Amino acid sequence: MRELSLNVLDIAENSFKAKATLVEISIVQKENLLTITIKDNGCGMDEDFLKRVVDPYTTTRTTRKVGMGIPLFKMVAEQSGGNFHITSEKGKGTVVTATFLVDHLDRPPLGDIAETIVSMIGNLEGSDLVFYYEAFGQDFTLDTRLVRKELENIPINTPEILVFLRDMIKENIKTDYRGVSL
Amino acid sequence: MKSIADIKAIREKMQSEIIMRDNKDVEEIRVVVGMATCGISAGARPVYNALVEEVLKRNLKNVKIARTGCLGMCKLEPIVEVYVPNQEKVTYCHVTPEKAVNIVVNHLVNGKVCTEYLVGSEE
Repeated sequence: MRELSLNVLDIAENSFKAKATLVEISIVQKENLLTITIKDNGCGMDEDFLKRVVDPYTTTRTTRKVGMGIPLFKMVAEQSGGNFHITSEKGKGTVVTATFLVDHLDRPPLGDIAETIVSMIGNLEGSDLVFYYEAFGQDFTLDTRLVRKELENIPINTPEILVFLRDMIKENIKTDYRGVSL
Repeated sequence: MKSIADIKAIREKMQSEIIMRDNKDVEEIRVVVGMATCGISAGARPVYNALVEEVLKRNLKNVKIARTGCLGMCKLEPIVEVYVPNQEKVTYCHVTPEKAVNIVVNHLVNGKVCTEYLVGSEE
């Protein structure tokens, strides 16, 4: 993965697959620490599966025996001087947290997070997404429940809305400041 | 700066268009992008977004763009499948945002399959 936002896209996909009705993605930069959290209210995992989930040879897929999403995210956090943490409860949901040192040489750039969020919104179906972004003292929240309310009978995944939301996110978030970029 | 309040104006514009479309009864074309770990790392996200943008630019109201998981041919990702009603499914491989635009123009608009991007046609 060339961008952290691609890892986010990949991990959040697991949440939707776990039948989550609400997925919350938060990206917070405070000084030199970047924290990415993906929280869902999906089916969760039992203790035994949770222990094995960071192993690439663990997957819920039945077609083949590898699952690289979680191990890749863990690897990239640890190589960037950060940590990776996952908690889960069967029937309640899962929280994945990864931290990164902003100035670490091996930290991949955050990348195009607006495009990432919109790629998810295009396939929400019945679920909802809350995106919280805070960096360089400025924060922004996008809650698809509020967007849907405004949209009334128009589906949220129509191209007009997706392109609008993408541009809105891009305008409202700060990704670099005084030579530091996320 | 754009905000959620701007959605109202888009909604009102679209609501009138939807009434027109419902009367036409056109068949829907489905475009599916493989977006599992393999697809994403090979560049599926920009492809998905290029498709959305081009479909909007050409005002194609009968096209639905969806995502799917791994299609089992990770080596050929990004993969895009096109389902036109009453036609055989078409599978494109190693798609880039530029190729995605060509697929929209040639296949979805003009009905001509981009044979050079098909599975098995790549070098």
